[in-house]
Amino acid sequence: MATGKKVLVDPIFDNNPIALQVLGICSALAVTISMSNTLVMCAAVIFVTTLSNVAVSLVRNHVPTNIRIIVQMTIIASLVIVVDQILQALVYDISKRLSVFVGLIITNCIVLGRAEAFAMQNPPGLSALDGLGNALGYSVILLLVAIFREPLGAGTLMGIEILKTVNNGGWFVPNGLMLLSPSAFFIIGLLIWALREWKPEQAEEPEFEIAPNLQYREAY
Amino acid sequence: MPVGPREGIRNILVVSVVVCLLCSIIVSFMAVSLKPSQDANKELDRKQNILRAAGLLPADATTDTQGRGAAELFKDFEVRAVNLETGQFTDAVDPTTYDQQRAARIAATSRNLNAKEDIATLGRRENVGLAYFKLDESREIERLVIPVRGYGLWGTLFGFLAIDRDLTSAAGLSFYTHKETPGLGGEVDNENWKASWAGIPLFDNEGDPSVTLVKMRTDNPSEIDALSGATITSRGVQNLIAFWTGDLGYGPMLDRLKAET
Repeated sequence: MATGKKVLVDPIFDNNPIALQVLGICSALAVTISMSNTLVMCAAVIFVTTLSNVAVSLVRNHVPTNIRIIVQMTIIASLVIVVDQILQALVYDISKRLSVFVGLIITNCIVLGRAEAFAMQNPPGLSALDGLGNALGYSVILLLVAIFREPLGAGTLMGIEILKTVNNGGWFVPNGLMLLSPSAFFIIGLLIWALREWKPEQAEEPEFEIAPNLQYREAY
Repeated sequence: MPVGPREGIRNILVVSVVVCLLCSIIVSFMAVSLKPSQDANKELDRKQNILRAAGLLPADATTDTQGRGAAELFKDFEVRAVNLETGQFTDAVDPTTYDQQRAARIAATSRNLNAKEDIATLGRRENVGLAYFKLDESREIERLVIPVRGYGLWGTLFGFLAIDRDLTSAAGLSFYTHKETPGLGGEVDNENWKASWAGIPLFDNEGDPSVTLVKMRTDNPSEIDALSGATITSRGVQNLIAFWTGDLGYGPMLDRLKAET
């Protein structure tokens, strides 16, 4: 039986939604360009995942199987609109920079995945912990990516200059690639590598093995 | 599998109606209760953009070097509604509530642009535009900020062009919404590039819009570096400046003000 602590802590490193399940990559590429955007995005995802898990869990015994996905999507979409409205009212600048990506939390596989896989079978308290844990696992990876991307791409962290760029009369030549989405792929790839070195049980069995080349002459 | 009451059509209808109703109540409650502060944020954002175009507010801060916020700095500005056809000030609309982009979509308050006129790909142009005047102590124009917009590569760029007290040279340019590619056309937000607009003459000897975005600048003072890798965005910026400073934009008003001084 799943215990509260295990449900909360497991998704952070042992069963991370991004690093192990490789879900929610879209927003991980898009918003990690700056630390402040990433923090707000993580807060939004934590809010949506936790509350959607609670709400889905509350109605789980009444929802007909045929329409369960639609009901889950309705709940998630409403929560995302609420988050978007709150961001527009409180942190307008960041909400403008995050633009569509707050709305796209609706399509974040982590949210619907947890609702369908966990909240439909478990009581609200445990579902809340599961949602929180998975959102925290998502946040850990996003924050790690942003910690690399923002300083290397723009020489700043949280908007404060830490590496003086050439444009401002310093020595640091910013890496333009870090400002573009593909760089997050590289960083996430390296993070997955590091995580699987640390916890080798996460490494997958190779699907095939390369046979040794017996006809060595082919190489010439 | 036996179809119990939970899977029955009745329960399906009840659950969907209840879920939808609850969700819509929550969403509408949040939307309505947060509307005032959202509107205040939008208004503040607009003022900050006007001030940034005029060079009175740094791009990454909400206060100037003396710690004055947008609301305070904006007190020095006078907003006037301008009939874009004649260039005369008009009282037909209230400048504090007038929505220029909305007016451009309504047939009664805008005019159609034919293919030759429509260099900035706007479709329609509103009859009345807003102009923001910053006056100095002797009530002379110190800066004039006009809203500009036009099509780039992926969508319309919305911004403000600041014009210097001589009414012929640019003082600054700033876009507050655009959809251009980050790193390429998105460099319209680049501070160094925006700074290159200060002091650029907007008109040639005949009084026609003269700013061009070019690959290699010559000794023509109206030339500005185009954005590398963003030919279409650069062309869009050139066209939208030409449109809004031209005869169909604020050109008639600028001519009138120049004649008066």
